Amino acid sequence: MSMNPILEVEALTLSSRANPKLVHNVSFSIGKGETLGLVGESGSGKSLTLRAILGLLPQGIEQTGGQIKSSLSSAMVFQDPRGSLDPLCPVVKQLAEVISYRQGLSRKASHQAALELLEVLGLPLSLRQKDRYPSQLSGGQCQRVVIALALACKPGILLCDEPTTALDVTVQEQIIETISALQQELGFAMVFVTHNLAVASAMCSRLCVMRQGQIVEQGDTLSLLQAPQDAYTQMLINSVLPVPVLEGGEQR
Amino acid sequence: MSHGLHIKDLTVRYDGVTALDRIQLNIEEHTTLGLVGESGSGKSTLARVVAGLIVPDEGIISLGDEPLTRKRSRAQRKKIQMIFQNPDASLNPRLSIRQLLSEALLFHGIVRRSELEQRCLELLARVQIDGSALDRYPHEFSGGQRQRIAIARALSVEPELLIADEPTSALDVSVQLSVLELFSSLKQELNLTMLFISHDMGVIHAISDTVAVMRHGQLVEINSKDRFFARPDTAYGYQLLSAVPKMPAGTYSRRDTP
Repeated sequence: MSMNPILEVEALTLSSRANPKLVHNVSFSIGKGETLGLVGESGSGKSLTLRAILGLLPQGIEQTGGQIKSSLSSAMVFQDPRGSLDPLCPVVKQLAEVISYRQGLSRKASHQAALELLEVLGLPLSLRQKDRYPSQLSGGQCQRVVIALALACKPGILLCDEPTTALDVTVQEQIIETISALQQELGFAMVFVTHNLAVASAMCSRLCVMRQGQIVEQGDTLSLLQAPQDAYTQMLINSVLPVPVLEGGEQR
Repeated sequence: MSHGLHIKDLTVRYDGVTALDRIQLNIEEHTTLGLVGESGSGKSTLARVVAGLIVPDEGIISLGDEPLTRKRSRAQRKKIQMIFQNPDASLNPRLSIRQLLSEALLFHGIVRRSELEQRCLELLARVQIDGSALDRYPHEFSGGQRQRIAIARALSVEPELLIADEPTSALDVSVQLSVLELFSSLKQELNLTMLFISHDMGVIHAISDTVAVMRHGQLVEINSKDRFFARPDTAYGYQLLSAVPKMPAGTYSRRDTP
């Protein structure tokens, strides 16, 4: 546990009419610049926990217990990059709109800021000449735009809901590198939801394993993966299919 | 003569875009070919052409000695069956499991009506689903169970070639493992010839005998599994393998427990 948490979730309980324990008694905290991973199967309440932090619970689901204390603003990166962009609005324009709203800049200044932000995220410079629609970009490029949208809010906490699940392995690697580099540079904290344990181990310093709305185990990433105590965590780790190590290791 | 699937100079174009570019591929009988590549590389197009869902612009596909032509006969269609990524979409929600399984059995005349019930139960048993499932509907099952039912339906007509297009991508890791174990045991029991598509290297490693890599509509590498995962011949194969996120060293493994 960190000394000075910027986000504290205490005994969070989320309920719908049909299921009073969608998320039950979930507690964790994050310090500045730290990354916490939430892992578990679908339906375990990972995404709902994130949405509760963001304050965007789906209709019909209510927070019925516990509290969320956060000293900084948060922004979210969603799983499906195309679904989270407006297909009818060119991407630079979309980003400029968020910057202008959040940072109170003029239209021209926000357009400039949008281009700079997109450049930081490694999008092609051709966007400077000609704005493009989300459908004209690849999945990886769209996800970079979505990350830019989240960063435009200058968040203290970045919430990532399976940001690489819809992407290819090579693109996934690039996005993970981009997010890590930005975190180093901007120092935001992260809550990273994924069901891929290997991705979680690359990104997160601590992990919470969730099952059926509860945290079954949490701890340091390395010690949790090396010596899991809970039977469910052990089963989850065993389900990861091994890929053998490449011989040599030099690029040919 | 040789059995198995033979593909020669297969080309498919969608208005201007070459989706498949002169593909040459052989799958030996009773082996599994794992097809990998990024999205848009043409993996699924290749699967659909082989299954006869897309008519190729050029090229020859033959199963055993028999060339598969533009218009396939009922018997030819029966020989190649396909399992899709999303079982929610591939199982008709308005049909009970009994109807889903019987449809293909009766259409291809595999069994008489009097033996239908018995055969359906056998099929479900083969994919480890309880016989009481027959009168239920797809929405009453979990994603993993639905995929098992889709597998049972594909196997019901005794195909010579089974195509699986990302059959585990929509499933959780733990469920994925059990479905893959099912594939492995079916492969041994029924001597299946399989074309298995996935972008997950772990899945490919678990199931394939041979690995083929596609990129931009071309086959860039075909190699035996062990060789591909140890020393891929092409730089792209290397790139794909090194991009796979790794678990940290010393991770807990099942061998630690008795």
